[in-house]
Amino acid sequence: MDWISQPWPWYVSGAAIAFVMLLLLLVGKFFGMSANLRTFCAIGGAGKTIEFFRFDWKAQQWNLLVALGAIIGGFIAAHYLTADPAVAINPDTVAELKTLGFESAGTEYLPDELYGPGVWSDPKALILLLLGGLFVGFGARYAGGCTSGHAISGLSNLQWPSLLAVIGFFAGGMVMIYFLFPLIFG
Amino acid sequence: MRSISYLLIGILFGITMFKSEAASWFRIYEMFKFDAFHMYGIIGTAVVLGVIIVAVIKRFNVKSFYGDPIEFTPKDKIIPRYLIGGFIFGLGWALAGACPGPMFTLAGAGYLPVLIVILGAVIGTWLYGLMRHKLPH
Repeated sequence: MDWISQPWPWYVSGAAIAFVMLLLLLVGKFFGMSANLRTFCAIGGAGKTIEFFRFDWKAQQWNLLVALGAIIGGFIAAHYLTADPAVAINPDTVAELKTLGFESAGTEYLPDELYGPGVWSDPKALILLLLGGLFVGFGARYAGGCTSGHAISGLSNLQWPSLLAVIGFFAGGMVMIYFLFPLIFG
Repeated sequence: MRSISYLLIGILFGITMFKSEAASWFRIYEMFKFDAFHMYGIIGTAVVLGVIIVAVIKRFNVKSFYGDPIEFTPKDKIIPRYLIGGFIFGLGWALAGACPGPMFTLAGAGYLPVLIVILGAVIGTWLYGLMRHKLPH
């Protein structure tokens, strides 16, 4: 049973994601996680002033349950299925991240510099996390979907708009990492 | 009963996101640097199998477990929103190292600062709703 506590290889992981999409289709739903963020806004009453959030959010409860499951799954995986959370990324990447100040590269699941307990008293880290989330939320709704809705569901259905969105994802990610990271963390 | 099925699918998804390391900030950085095949292997496998799954469903008119036809909603055939929205999403994906699914997974795994990311994502979604009519689509 040692394999269970190891990270899953890419082919197992990819197959599991496709299986999740298949199961959602078979229960009459679809795979798209960022739609939940819109539902949160609707539950919070954003529909009172903004028409975009005026919809029957109760019809989206199924997706909230998927999100709740993702939270529970994260708890189970981290606490019961993982012996060592360190992510074995490319040693060259580790060396490069250290020059950017990410000392925890290669020894943790997430960088301490952004997700460690110390960030609550680190205004710069908190602002970066908030901004990162803001771009994700804004961009996902603007593009009409995120990684699950476009990169997996959309590409699986051979929809070219989803290919455009994925090209956008990578263009944005590369600009952030190649051009902005040296300015932010350098 | 149906509620339980959604929850169980979500649990499988959450475990997959954590165990695949797709929820790791480091893996996302490494992916955008093209320093490893791992993330490309994950997305590639999921898409190849996904294409087969969708094709089979359409070809054989597979019904859902509840007997309803499985329908695929086509995306609008317009261009700017996907490129611009996708670009902004990519900026955030690289910075926070998490897309919407893994955000939930990381919260469950106990990385509480991700709650700030989720808060940001909700605010970002709200801002989009607010300025939607002023944006090029």
